[in-house]
Amino acid sequence: MKGLVRWLDDRIPMTATYKRHIGQYPAPKNFNIWYLFGSLAILVLFNQLLTGVWLTMSYVPTTDGAFASIEYLMRDVEYGWLLRYMHSTGASAFFVVIYLHMFRGLLYGSYQKPRELLWIFGMLIFVVVMAEAFMGYLLPWGQMSYWGAQVIISLFGAIPVIGDDLTLWIRGDYVVSGATLNRFFALHVIALPLIMVVLIFLHLIALHEVGSNNPDGVEIKKHKDEDGWPLDGIPFHPYYTVKDLVGIAGFLMVFCFFVFFMPEGGGLLLESPNFEAANPMKTPEHISPVWYFTPFYAMLRAVPDKLGGIVVMGMSIALLFVLPWLDRCKVKSVRYRSLGHRINLAQFAISFVALGVLGLLPETTILKWCARVFTVGYFGFFIALWCYSKREPTKPVPERVTFK
Amino acid sequence: MRRLLTLLLCCIPLCGIAADVELQQADIAPDDIAAQQRGFKAFQMHCASCHSTHFQRYQRVADDLALSEAELEQYMFTGAKVNDLIESAMSEEEAARWFGMAPPDLTLVSRVRGDDWVYTFLMSFYQDDKRRFGVNNLLLPYTAMPHVLQHEQGLATANYVEKNGKTVVASLNPPQHGSMTEAEYAAMVKDITAYLSYAADPVQAKREAIGWWVMGYLALFFLLAWWLKKEYWKDVH
Repeated sequence: MKGLVRWLDDRIPMTATYKRHIGQYPAPKNFNIWYLFGSLAILVLFNQLLTGVWLTMSYVPTTDGAFASIEYLMRDVEYGWLLRYMHSTGASAFFVVIYLHMFRGLLYGSYQKPRELLWIFGMLIFVVVMAEAFMGYLLPWGQMSYWGAQVIISLFGAIPVIGDDLTLWIRGDYVVSGATLNRFFALHVIALPLIMVVLIFLHLIALHEVGSNNPDGVEIKKHKDEDGWPLDGIPFHPYYTVKDLVGIAGFLMVFCFFVFFMPEGGGLLLESPNFEAANPMKTPEHISPVWYFTPFYAMLRAVPDKLGGIVVMGMSIALLFVLPWLDRCKVKSVRYRSLGHRINLAQFAISFVALGVLGLLPETTILKWCARVFTVGYFGFFIALWCYSKREPTKPVPERVTFK
Repeated sequence: MRRLLTLLLCCIPLCGIAADVELQQADIAPDDIAAQQRGFKAFQMHCASCHSTHFQRYQRVADDLALSEAELEQYMFTGAKVNDLIESAMSEEEAARWFGMAPPDLTLVSRVRGDDWVYTFLMSFYQDDKRRFGVNNLLLPYTAMPHVLQHEQGLATANYVEKNGKTVVASLNPPQHGSMTEAEYAAMVKDITAYLSYAADPVQAKREAIGWWVMGYLALFFLLAWWLKKEYWKDVH
């Protein structure tokens, strides 16, 4: 065994890579529950990749075959229903985990210097995951798949000059059709997962280069012992592997509850109109995107002008990309920042969740105004942050990490 | 703020059933195989000549609903084999010519519309001489479907009122001249609903049975992982 390891180490940096990234990667010892969601995201990614491979074995990407092939999978393939529900529930779980992971970054200033690039890789992953989810949602070829895609793609038509050509280019046809289904299938199962895996690799490499942030927002690399090991660091394995195992067990209990007892998630995970095959001649009464897109969808609807709505929706994502430069405060963690910042962060979270709920509901005049208020709240977060963060009254930051 | 959010969350389930007609509760049990079996027989007798349930196979239905092969064959009218999908007796073109549209496949109807919708639909036919088959439906106005169960239920007449310059149905009178009593008819419709609910999600009972084992296993796994973590983390702090 030792001989084999040495033989491999002489040819590929196996042991060195293991030590650098797992066995001797110094992680701050004060991680709290918010720090579980990164490893949970990897778990869900593997779930999506593995179940996806098996779903692809039964799936037929044609307008005639798609819907029936999924019902075939659900009924005639042994445990096909389990694969399908794990994948459909996994899609939502991915967003739950990623949104919490991102909010952790906001809480503890994990996007601040020197982690700007790490944050940007994360944002790119987020955008790719959204595209992946959007394209995957077309594949069952149900009513909501079809009309959701029809509505969202047609949005691009509002872009001046190139709009119409762009929608044509995305669909490969004048309406959502078999051509669209085929290309979305190709992108969903090959192109986007590949890009995603590369980005996640870069995200992790960037993380391990600068080191993990922590709930106190202090750099553990500032205080090292004579061997160069951070005093507040503990090796990722075994400490965080066993801790993450607890998180994984807890997460799986919630996940499996939905898979086995509520696979439709009350219409949030699988929408009931999607159990009817796509019918281009029949528009559903109420078209709404899946819950994880609704915060952005609500902002889009809140703006009276179609192009304006798209600009607002694009800006809501774009602002997150430049967050490391909007926040000019030197203190990272919310623990040591001003009351104003805490309130700003809280109203941002509330606005986001409220927009998500509003985006699910049919539009009424009152709800439209609610959506406008919360859209202002969402954008207000970034504007206010940029204004106050430079001269923000902060509390003294401890030299070493604390346990709270 | 929290109160507002709760309020908003409570609104979500409401928007799906904002139809004018209040749905009647089908109140079926997913594990009542006897009801599903009666429902299958009634469905095959009254519905299956026009409506396919072509995402499911005869053999699977027989296995799940504990029907013997001899029993199953009594309810197979299309000359199909036991491993075939359950198609209707007529072609789509013929059906479209007779009814104006092809009767929809009903395998998934209860997942699309809900059990209560299916139940209420079958309880909501009434006499309307302006319609092609002399009947209309409160829940699905201008339905192309004749009242196939008229012989059993009889036919209800409607009481009309004027509302905003339009004549609308205010209520239905109890159906007359049916071969079944009202209670018998309701019981049969409930069985059909139970069967269609099964057809839409045939794995539900099995899924939940496995689910309990999975949850039990995960609870144990959680405890072990917790204990392991505690052991390892003794020397940190």
